[in-house]
Amino acid sequence: MEQNSEPRQDRVQLCQRCESRPASVHMSTVVNGEKFDRFLCEDCARQEGAYHFMLVPQFTIQHVLGGLIGATPTGQRPQAVIDKTCPVCGYSYQQFAETGRLGCDHCYEAFHEELEPLVKRLHGSVEHHGKVPKRGGQDILQQRTLEELRTKMRDAIAREAFEEAAKWRDEIRALEQQHASGGSNHGSL
Amino acid sequence: MDPFSAWMQAKGPDADIVLSSRIRLARNLKDTVFPNRLTDDVAEKMLHQVEQAVNDLSRTWQMHFERLDHLSPIDRQVLVEKHLISPAFIEEPVKYRAIAIDERESISIMVNEEDHLRIQILLSGLQLEEAWTVANQLDDALERRLDYAYDSHSGYLTACPTNIGTAMRASVMVHLPALVLTRQASQVFTTLAQIGMVVRGLYGEGSDAVGNIFQISNQVSLGLSEEEFIHNLATVTQQIVGRERHARQYLQHNAGVMLADRVDRAWGLLTHAHIMTSEEALRLLSEVKLGQDLGLLPKTKSTFTQLTLFTRPGFLQSQTGHELNAAERDQIRAQFLRERLREEVQSV
Ligand SMILES: [Zn+2]
Ligand SMILES: [Zn+2]
Repeated sequence: MEQNSEPRQDRVQLCQRCESRPASVHMSTVVNGEKFDRFLCEDCARQEGAYHFMLVPQFTIQHVLGGLIGATPTGQRPQAVIDKTCPVCGYSYQQFAETGRLGCDHCYEAFHEELEPLVKRLHGSVEHHGKVPKRGGQDILQQRTLEELRTKMRDAIAREAFEEAAKWRDEIRALEQQHASGGSNHGSL
Repeated sequence: MDPFSAWMQAKGPDADIVLSSRIRLARNLKDTVFPNRLTDDVAEKMLHQVEQAVNDLSRTWQMHFERLDHLSPIDRQVLVEKHLISPAFIEEPVKYRAIAIDERESISIMVNEEDHLRIQILLSGLQLEEAWTVANQLDDALERRLDYAYDSHSGYLTACPTNIGTAMRASVMVHLPALVLTRQASQVFTTLAQIGMVVRGLYGEGSDAVGNIFQISNQVSLGLSEEEFIHNLATVTQQIVGRERHARQYLQHNAGVMLADRVDRAWGLLTHAHIMTSEEALRLLSEVKLGQDLGLLPKTKSTFTQLTLFTRPGFLQSQTGHELNAAERDQIRAQFLRERLREEVQSV
């Protein structure tokens, strides 16, 4: 009995949480810039939310972001900024500062003034130079109408209602021509 | 049925060192709150929209749409282990999350992870451009059916401002045993951080690099085009591959006996042990792979990536068809690896 309590150098490292199973997962976490090492068994690592070598990210981008959002060279943020909310989804700037995540696509407009410098710090740039979607918003509606019309035309053909099909075909052509001439200049840089 | 994904076949340029290339695009629907704020009815509506779009494409892309709560926890875990979805994606609550995966398991779309859509293409070897081509086409096809949140100045709008712009993460998974052995890895990674690249362990954020497997990706997503980001990562990866090859040659010439001892010991343990933790298995498989790459050990039919799946708890449980506790897994793992390696090397 007594020998068992005597720690031996070559003994199997036991899990630091349940202290009964051998430790097989090495978790190293960074908290406030300081690194902590822990040795856990697989079951405990799992219970702590880690999936097999997937360790709980204690130092996530959200934490870093929170710091960046909160940091102002002049000190406290004015109450007006904290009280800002997105008029579309109702999300507040305060919530963004806490979670590092926005509420909806319109939050980018609502918090534009605060976001622009943050984005610049994160990316070194604020200009998108990447992909431009093929269609803008208006085109989407048109595309849907086109698809509906095509379905109707195919339907008519299947029913051998060729006169009706010709009517749908003409409508499709008219819409397509309109689309080609009007075009979309969405996303032009 | 083949339990492995196509990307695990170790084909493509530099596939011995670059285990996989991945492109992931974040996309959100216009005028719809981001996933962490979805209400039940909005979530249902958007899931329906996405399902319809995916079904429209299913014939061309051979994709299958499935809600996550229709899958068993073990099946979800296996998808993480195959790198088809992120670990965060299977954290509860999984209600209102869904996935679309193609037959070859090269394409996956996570619905309602941090963003409404996360489109992922996974290929074997250094094939970032090829993965981007596929991702771009799939994105175009989806964009024809869904209203994306996009701004001409800021690009694709994402739940977290760290992802806006191209909303693209390009990454490679690399096996760098010689750089680790010669203690050059950390120096290489420090340099990468300085040029805007992130290095992580096998299963993403916060994970340890067991088995000398590292994931390198771009940290920034705005200011450059997708092609430029991809080109940068591909160039850096080629340099790292070059350094790793150089380190291997160095070891072979200057520490041949040490190397032979290491890889033969690893082989001996893997083909004879009866209890094996996942960490030990991965570590040994990494050494065996190094031995195989250097011609010190016979090749096996299964690739390294395929074999590493036998170290994973979810995969082992799906193979045996029932839940296993940690001790049982250690035995099954040892047995699977032992039998597979012995059998394959006899038939080689
Ligand atoms: Zn434990
Ligand atoms: Zn909003």
